[in-house]
Amino acid sequence: MTSMDQEKGHIVEPAVLARVWGALVCLTIGLVSASLASPKLAVLAMLVITPAKAWLVFHYFMHLKYEGPLLKGMVLVALLTLVIFISMMFLDLGFR
Amino acid sequence: MSENGRRDYQGSKIGMWLFLFTELMLFGGLFILYSGYRSLHPESFHHASRELNVVLGVANTLVLLTSSLFAALALTSVQQGRHSDGAKWAWLTAGLGGVFLVVKAFEWGAKFSHGIYPGGKALLALPPGEGLFYGLYFTMTGLHGLHVLAGVVLLSVMALLVGKGRVHQGDCVVLENSGLYWHLVDVIWIFLLPLFYLAA
Repeated sequence: MTSMDQEKGHIVEPAVLARVWGALVCLTIGLVSASLASPKLAVLAMLVITPAKAWLVFHYFMHLKYEGPLLKGMVLVALLTLVIFISMMFLDLGFR
Repeated sequence: MSENGRRDYQGSKIGMWLFLFTELMLFGGLFILYSGYRSLHPESFHHASRELNVVLGVANTLVLLTSSLFAALALTSVQQGRHSDGAKWAWLTAGLGGVFLVVKAFEWGAKFSHGIYPGGKALLALPPGEGLFYGLYFTMTGLHGLHVLAGVVLLSVMALLVGKGRVHQGDCVVLENSGLYWHLVDVIWIFLLPLFYLAA
């Protein structure tokens, strides 16, 4: 990718976007099926499939895949901050 | 625009992402609140979740995922110089946002008709854990709904601007930023679906 791509925005082909949408729909069907199958599978699906869906949206629809290291780093720091807060909450509940 | 009249494309996008981080933290805080209360009242959350309409929740997920695709297609079309297609996709995105809100209104209406609304007698009569679940449900889906409403207005304005040629192939960062906002609203719903509708 050239610096010009980063500056003016990368063009994602409609076929790629359609495939990502298809994957998102399939993952949603998987998530619902797992939640109907068993409680353990439902929790597992929620922990795996939901972040995977969010990753697809961030990566392709929001063009993060085509961004430079600065934006990617900023998003990583924001998400890590959120993970730290969530971990602190569960640590507090776990050791109460 | 910078002093020499050139738009700072990268700076504009970074500014939008910084705004999106504040949105992420806003909903993140509510997700933490939900997780904390759920761990204290697992049975009540499980029971209350069974009363929500999974079909409507999943249908709205598919509506938002499709609207996200349309928002991305709107940007791609404008970037490729197909401006009328870009305006069409932006209108369709806003339209699906409207569909989402109508479905949500039916869902809330059904709950209201059973007396389940903030301060409602039926809600106050429920066990404390179920009251917390519905309190979080109305707060989080309501706040998300307001974001969808803002997105519908934003995408409609974008469709008009693209149609009038004010947003075009050479300068479409405002459309890209509007798309980023819409996709984040979609991501938030991706997490709301399993927390509320599939929690049972």
